[in-house]
Amino acid sequence: MAIVKIEKLCKSYFLGTYTLPVLKDMDLTFEEGEYAAIMGPSGSGKSTLLNVLGCLDRPTSGSYFLGDRDVSNLSDDELSFIRGQRIGFIFQSYNLIPQLNIIENIAVPMFYQGKSEDFCHQRALELAEMVGLTDRLTHRPYELSGGQQQRVAIARSLANDPLIILADEPTGNLDSESGRDILKILNSLCEQGKTLLVVTHDAGVGKRAERIIHLLDGYIERIENNGHKE
Amino acid sequence: MFLYRLKRTIKLGGKSLWMHRLRSTLTTLGIVFGVCSVIAMLAIGEGASQQAQAQIAKLGSTNVIVKTVKPTATQSTNTETDTVNQYGLTYDDAEGFRQTIPNVDVVVPLYRMTQQAWYRNRTVQMDVVGTVPWYPEVTSVRIIRGRFLSPQDMDYQQNICVIDEQVADKLFVVDDPIGKDVKIKGAYYLIVGIVTSLGATNLGSEDAANMIATDTHESGLTGNIYICLSTFKNIFGEEVVQYTGGIRQTERVELQEITVKVRTLDQIPVTKSILESILERTHNQKDYQVVVPFELLRQARESKRIFSIVLGSIAAISLLVGGIGIMNIMLASVSERTREIGVRRALGAKRRDIIIQFLSETVMLTMAGGLIGIALGTLIPYFVTKYSNMPTDVTALSLILAFGISAAVGVTFGLYPAYRAAHMDPIESLRHE
Repeated sequence: MAIVKIEKLCKSYFLGTYTLPVLKDMDLTFEEGEYAAIMGPSGSGKSTLLNVLGCLDRPTSGSYFLGDRDVSNLSDDELSFIRGQRIGFIFQSYNLIPQLNIIENIAVPMFYQGKSEDFCHQRALELAEMVGLTDRLTHRPYELSGGQQQRVAIARSLANDPLIILADEPTGNLDSESGRDILKILNSLCEQGKTLLVVTHDAGVGKRAERIIHLLDGYIERIENNGHKE
Repeated sequence: MFLYRLKRTIKLGGKSLWMHRLRSTLTTLGIVFGVCSVIAMLAIGEGASQQAQAQIAKLGSTNVIVKTVKPTATQSTNTETDTVNQYGLTYDDAEGFRQTIPNVDVVVPLYRMTQQAWYRNRTVQMDVVGTVPWYPEVTSVRIIRGRFLSPQDMDYQQNICVIDEQVADKLFVVDDPIGKDVKIKGAYYLIVGIVTSLGATNLGSEDAANMIATDTHESGLTGNIYICLSTFKNIFGEEVVQYTGGIRQTERVELQEITVKVRTLDQIPVTKSILESILERTHNQKDYQVVVPFELLRQARESKRIFSIVLGSIAAISLLVGGIGIMNIMLASVSERTREIGVRRALGAKRRDIIIQFLSETVMLTMAGGLIGIALGTLIPYFVTKYSNMPTDVTALSLILAFGISAAVGVTFGLYPAYRAAHMDPIESLRHE
């Protein structure tokens, strides 16, 4: 079943009198449980595509179906709700909230969906365990290593059991060993049936995906089918 | 569920403020000073006003008091011969008031002089007040024991007196004053009654331009002894003699004060103007002054109202300045946390969630400032009263007002930064350093 379906998607930025098209007439589908990578040089539209897929931005034209819902023209409140409920984000620089401890950080998406305190706490503990964090749960982000912080971010992205997880250069700020650990965790998520889309420069990261979508100048240049074991 | 989110949001706000303790403290100082000064000043003003009004009320709100005043133009230019200067209110005046003015309940003439009173070896300085038996009707003096002066005492010019509590305490301590004698200026007076004290200063004496007493004491400070007016005249006379450079100057005054009590408050203005026209006709110089306690009361209340308005304006300005300071800091805080706001939005926060988060931080700041200000504002009047004996009164209304206003300032000056935070573009925010 197609979890993500974009059709004739265009995104342009209007700068005064000048219009800058960034995504041009894109058609793309992602299946449930798929592990896909989006790659391309700077300026190819990777970030913009990620923003649109993440419902952080609306397409200028075309349609975007996330699950069973057309999310191309929603209000700000509706987009916020969809983001919280259906999308999990993993950022290059982790983006944990400094005043909160690990458990509280993991619970943030659940908080905005109105879940109860007990539920948030319990689920946060489960997710922490899932990513291999069992101690230092009351520590603040600055007390953790990069790899540990990214694990927290992954746990957070799973908080509301989203339809898709969007990762933007998840190993970009990590050393190779921590990076490998993170990629292993991401792999295991896919094995559990999660749909994962990773935007990356790193070919090493890309080749772990089943499919690599190469972008160039706002178009899909080519799609490379990796197959999981290759 | 909503309560949980509110609780969490408040807890989060508290954490953020705590993480920047120094900054938060400095930010609230404006509110602290504003609230503290309002409460303290209102308390001092209230205390002073209550004291003034109580003193005026003791003069009797349905009274019109006419006082003898030394006319300014009668400084004797004649420096060669002895002079006799007669001025002020007379018995005829008192009688005239009683007969002419309608709706007058009572007319009380009065003469006062500061003297030394003796009992055995104890002495106290007090005011001897020569007056009539119906004096208690126009004042707040009440008989505690025994009786007041009687018409028989007046007729027979008896040497009897009534003392007030202060004099009783100072002269007699534990002995029972009733039936004992007190010696004033060589003569003995039998004590037949004890009355309540009039209280602190006699406000009327502050209004009178001059009192004819040889010592210009504020009466009431050390108590009063009441004797019949007729007796007073016999013993103390009506004259005060001064020798200046060999020349004898005599001042003669029949009565120092006449108190007229009217039946109802609305008759006061009419009574006052009748009094004034009678006196204008019968006196050829301005040797009297008409004091209307009710008007004084009104003026005191008006002064207090103006004082409160001025105070309120000053407080409003200081709170405004404090609020602007808070808005400034919150804008800086929002700017600092741009990334965090972007992350929260990405994780599902709606705009109103961001608004509530930052607004609650601001309101907490201002309410903390308000509470500290209230604590200080309550302490300061306490110390003022303790060390300067000035009465102060911290009213519950001022506390509630101060607290409510600090919350309102928080909401007003926190709205804009919170709005700014909520309407930042999440994508831009995530890119922010």
